[in-house]
Amino acid sequence: MNYLVLFKMIPDTVEELELSDDQKSLNTEYLRYKLSDADEHALEQALILKERHGGQVTVAALDAPEVDDVLFTAIAKGADVVVKIALDQTKLDTRATAQAMAAWIKASNLVGGQTLVMPGAQAIDDLGGELGAWLAEELQLPFIGVVSSVKLDDNCSKALVLKEFSSGLRGEFEVPLPAILGIQSAEKPPRYVPVAKVRMAMKTAKIQSVEVAAPPVTGLAIERMFKPEVAGHAEMLEGTPDEVAEKLAGILAERGII
Amino acid sequence: MSADILVLSEHIQGKPLDVTFEMLGLARKLAGELGGRVCALALGAQAAQVASQLGAANVVILAAEDAPEQPAPEVALAALQTCIESKGISLVLLGGTNAVLGIGARLAARTRLPFVNFCKGIRLDNGTLLATSALLGGKIMSDVRLPDNKGILSIASGSAPADAGRSTKAPVIEKLALPSVPAKVVFRRLIEPAGGDVDITKMDILVSVGRGIQNADNIPLADELAKVMGGAVSASRPVVDQGWLPLTRQVGKSGMSVSPKLYLALGISGAPEHWEGMKGAQMVVAINTDPKAPIFNFAHYGATVDCLEFIESMKAAVEKRKSSSS
Repeated sequence: MNYLVLFKMIPDTVEELELSDDQKSLNTEYLRYKLSDADEHALEQALILKERHGGQVTVAALDAPEVDDVLFTAIAKGADVVVKIALDQTKLDTRATAQAMAAWIKASNLVGGQTLVMPGAQAIDDLGGELGAWLAEELQLPFIGVVSSVKLDDNCSKALVLKEFSSGLRGEFEVPLPAILGIQSAEKPPRYVPVAKVRMAMKTAKIQSVEVAAPPVTGLAIERMFKPEVAGHAEMLEGTPDEVAEKLAGILAERGII
Repeated sequence: MSADILVLSEHIQGKPLDVTFEMLGLARKLAGELGGRVCALALGAQAAQVASQLGAANVVILAAEDAPEQPAPEVALAALQTCIESKGISLVLLGGTNAVLGIGARLAARTRLPFVNFCKGIRLDNGTLLATSALLGGKIMSDVRLPDNKGILSIASGSAPADAGRSTKAPVIEKLALPSVPAKVVFRRLIEPAGGDVDITKMDILVSVGRGIQNADNIPLADELAKVMGGAVSASRPVVDQGWLPLTRQVGKSGMSVSPKLYLALGISGAPEHWEGMKGAQMVVAINTDPKAPIFNFAHYGATVDCLEFIESMKAAVEKRKSSSS
């Protein structure tokens, strides 16, 4: 079995986001990047499947700030090969990112019978749609997204997956391999890896660097970015936790809620 | 090129989802401004049953009625593409839901129409359509212009009033024959959430915990507060993903939609996916140390104190009131 996990770096929204002067993009000076949450789950699910069925986990990402750390962490967690495609991800939209990854996948002949391509379900900055969906068209492979459980049959020819709908409903789907699964969450929380193990990976492992031609960016241009106009704002209760709790209890009692 | 607008109906167990009505309402408004008709496409075994509920559309197109309730993505794509090409449609609204996720981008690749994800609004601006997209968990909005008013828009649930898309009129029904496409991704069955746990959709008071609760050991503290208040504990996605609470307690896009009298959000930032599940709450109170957390934009009351300290304080404050009133 081959598991091809695709990573995308996204701006960390825990940090304050600033707009650039032209109001069309984020000011990258203070921007911190992190791995998309769903991608972390994609790696975890791939590692779980590898433990169960054997095979090789390859993780690939385009170049982006902090990406080396993220790839070494993947090694420390159990990925076999990590690959960096030498294109600046922060300059490409999702479609172009998918085209670059597809170009590498095709050139390296990576998709055979027993292959699962596993991007995260969706990144929060994907204005132009999800990586897995664009990839499905580029690679002409079956695709299902928002997957939260993956089971392979004994000869690894089919995957039985659960896809999340709304209201806690799940749909069970069967997909023949090779296929692309957009992973929303792994069956277990992503494993923790000690920093010492990541440092060890940095010393002993290598990130393979590959080059592909830069794809054209064809998505729509952003005309204006802005912070959401706030229609309303919570009435803020000030004070210590005790004071806040006392005020809130008063409000709730007045309305007959408690 | 027709000015007709195509809406993909989304339904589960024979009932259109709210987002279907929201899209129909939006499409009605746009059709009023741009001219043209609103066409709804209903797919799968329950398409005919659903069609009668889609009276806000001028025409309801039925396709793939022999497919399962959730048709394979290849079938949905073929139906949309056939419909677009045979009717010369260039404006398409899809629900930004888990079920439809992925269809928009693939349809865009096939039809060469541009695609806009996370769409919160669409309006006419100087004669052309301007879509507003909510990026980065709703922290940044971006306006994107649709050249020649062409495009495929993934509409986030709750972006428009559903009532504008409800109508008792009888729409014209058409049937669309599709080229045969091999369905690779095959729907097997629908799995209901496991029973036996508290039904958070029926609770009047929810104490809901997010990342700010920090670790599993703190869940019982929230549970004690909920019990004192006469409610139950619910959670946002990261808490359930960590396995600290079961899926039956998850509020949001993939989880439950709740409408309690009080939604007390502890350490929840308020991403759009979470808001989708709790927008029906009558009163929202948010406790979060980040004063810029989006949840304060739609909460009624808020405080930036530490949520673990607050849990203790709140429990004491509620107990004090109860003992003094009894």
